[in-house]
Amino acid sequence: MEQRPEFFELNIVKTIAADILNETEQLGEMPVLTIEAGRSEKHYWADLWRYRELFYFLAWRDLLVRYKQTVVGVAWSLIRPILSVVMLTVIFGIVGKMPSGGVPYALLVFCGMLPWQFFSTALSESGNSLVTNSNLISKVYFPRLIVPASSVVTSFVDFLVSAAFLVVLLVWYQFMPPLNIVFLPLFILLAFAASLGAGIWIAALMVEYRDFRIIVPFVVQFGVLATPVAYLSSNISKNLGDNWRMLYSLNPMVGVIDGFRWAILGGEHKIFWPGLLLSILVTAILLLSGIWYFRRTEKSFADVI
Amino acid sequence: MSGTVIKVENLSKRYVIGSKRNPQDGLRHQIEAAIRNPLRWLTSKKSAEGADSKEFWALRDVSFEIKRGEVVGIIGSNGAGKSTMLKILSRITEPTSGRIGLQGRVASLLEVGTGFHAELTGRENIFLNGAILGMSKVEIKRKFDEIVAFSEIEKFLDTPVKRYSSGMYVRLAFAVAAHLEPEILIVDEVLAVGDAQFQKKCLGKMQEVSQGGRTVLFVSHNMQAILALCSTAIWLEGGKLLEKGDAKSIADKYNIKAAAENNYSDVPVINKKRTGSGAGRFVDVKVQSIDQHGKLKQHFETGCSWQVDLEILCHANFQDANVAVTVNDTNGYRLVDVNTALKGEFLSLKENQKSKVRFLMENVRLKPGKYVIELWLGRGGVEEIDFVKDVAVIEVFEDMDAIKHTETFPGVYQCGFTHQFIK
Repeated sequence: MEQRPEFFELNIVKTIAADILNETEQLGEMPVLTIEAGRSEKHYWADLWRYRELFYFLAWRDLLVRYKQTVVGVAWSLIRPILSVVMLTVIFGIVGKMPSGGVPYALLVFCGMLPWQFFSTALSESGNSLVTNSNLISKVYFPRLIVPASSVVTSFVDFLVSAAFLVVLLVWYQFMPPLNIVFLPLFILLAFAASLGAGIWIAALMVEYRDFRIIVPFVVQFGVLATPVAYLSSNISKNLGDNWRMLYSLNPMVGVIDGFRWAILGGEHKIFWPGLLLSILVTAILLLSGIWYFRRTEKSFADVI
Repeated sequence: MSGTVIKVENLSKRYVIGSKRNPQDGLRHQIEAAIRNPLRWLTSKKSAEGADSKEFWALRDVSFEIKRGEVVGIIGSNGAGKSTMLKILSRITEPTSGRIGLQGRVASLLEVGTGFHAELTGRENIFLNGAILGMSKVEIKRKFDEIVAFSEIEKFLDTPVKRYSSGMYVRLAFAVAAHLEPEILIVDEVLAVGDAQFQKKCLGKMQEVSQGGRTVLFVSHNMQAILALCSTAIWLEGGKLLEKGDAKSIADKYNIKAAAENNYSDVPVINKKRTGSGAGRFVDVKVQSIDQHGKLKQHFETGCSWQVDLEILCHANFQDANVAVTVNDTNGYRLVDVNTALKGEFLSLKENQKSKVRFLMENVRLKPGKYVIELWLGRGGVEEIDFVKDVAVIEVFEDMDAIKHTETFPGVYQCGFTHQFIK
């Protein structure tokens, strides 16, 4: 029968979810599945692996549907970040003359915009994903975790398209990224984990409390300002002091964006290590608690949705 | 016991109904509770009983066992708990108490076209729907041609599904589902959609599946389909298991019970709306089913005789009135007419006189379905004395002893016939 799934954050999962991993017993030639009230699904993680193709299919469906009947097609993934960058560059860079740490302001903003758009799109889409797919939730069985996770995957595809544009920008400004860039995938992974954690939380909460449909856009709007998309987080240290910077770093995207800037732009952009560690910790807590809450409420989704 | 693939023990499912939600569960209160006493909030379960919420037990203490290869029909009136039980067996919702043991891969078809997206083409939807139902990409690719052939939409494979007619949509959806290969297949009333030809095709495919040795659970209101496919039946009513056993005998009992509930309208004739001069009034009517030996039957079957007993009270003298009983279909179209004038007999009554009339409609070969009785008293073309529509609704069932093939073909009248194949 199937092996244990290689969940992508296996190390972190193992430390906390030890009792869940005691589950999979396969008896005889065919496993006997027992359904009982309150019994945590012993086969859940094995099921996630068995249904792994559904991650791909749901993301594929969302992308296909988005671009059907549009003329511009895939280019929509590019237009949004490009427009935001242009707007922010004009307002803050040219008119406001914000300090940009020795690189063209547009590059600074784009390095911040790239992960932020990934996070904010993932948050709103996966938050809504369960409610949007309510017809599936009430009629078919599959591990429900797949639904918000595939929304994050869809946003990730958009991210990759925008990242291609980043390469164009770098060439335009004739800017050579430092060696730090090899660490970029780690920060991408951190962004993915933060998006997944927040997305799962919102998705589970949205089923029961539709208030979140209004709360999430507000958080995203607020988040653009509370995250160093348009400015340098080192400004926070300079103007308000290190303590405030620690508080500021509770926002997991702060660590991500700082990391992106360090990896792509180098030079003056340094990593604030305490802040980064805090961001990683917050992300881990977000993700694991998100999975816990989701699993706890999952059984009643079909009844409530 | 070996060979048992589904074992249900004391299964119960409770829902909390009513739109007035418990105020303790609102978001604001949850946040307040979490802040006030975090540990307790983490371990608490949501309170299910609020001041105004009501409990509804969709299933109560249901237990049964199903062996490998059995094809079981599940019947019951609307709201009996059939779909809830299927949902629990499919792991879509959790039971409130009790347990189920399942051995083998389960695939359920609770709705036709789950996951279909209107913007995608037929081809794309086959993959999407197949994946949602649990098939792997490789499996879908392998069966792709079979699925397309079964659905008969080769020409339209690359047009968006929103352009399909409802028949094409349903054919495609069923074609995908029909090619699942689970050990246990659960099907919920999906045959209710589609035209007669499609239903025949679906039944045929399901017969194929059951002959392949798979276990099938099949919910339907269509007794013909149940009898065609299933050897065993489970009867659910009000959330409880009434009976489990041989499909034919349970179907008969179910029909009789349904007939008993459906057969007379609630309002007695005397209180019904009527037209006519009112010189005479129908005050009582009784319609009963008589079999070929002259004995009273419990329910109406094609070919039985109908005995109609009428009582007429005269309010003002009338002469030479014709008494008529008609049988209409549910659309009001007249199918059968019997009246005393056909035999040259007429009724004359004086004020306050009563008369009883008994009609025996012989060998009424109406096909299974619902029929409406109307009564008429008057002089044809001259005077209408009393005319009552919707006197009673009679449900006719198939005569199980007379037919060899359990499929009802459309039509009103089941003619008696003989045939020969002439070489």
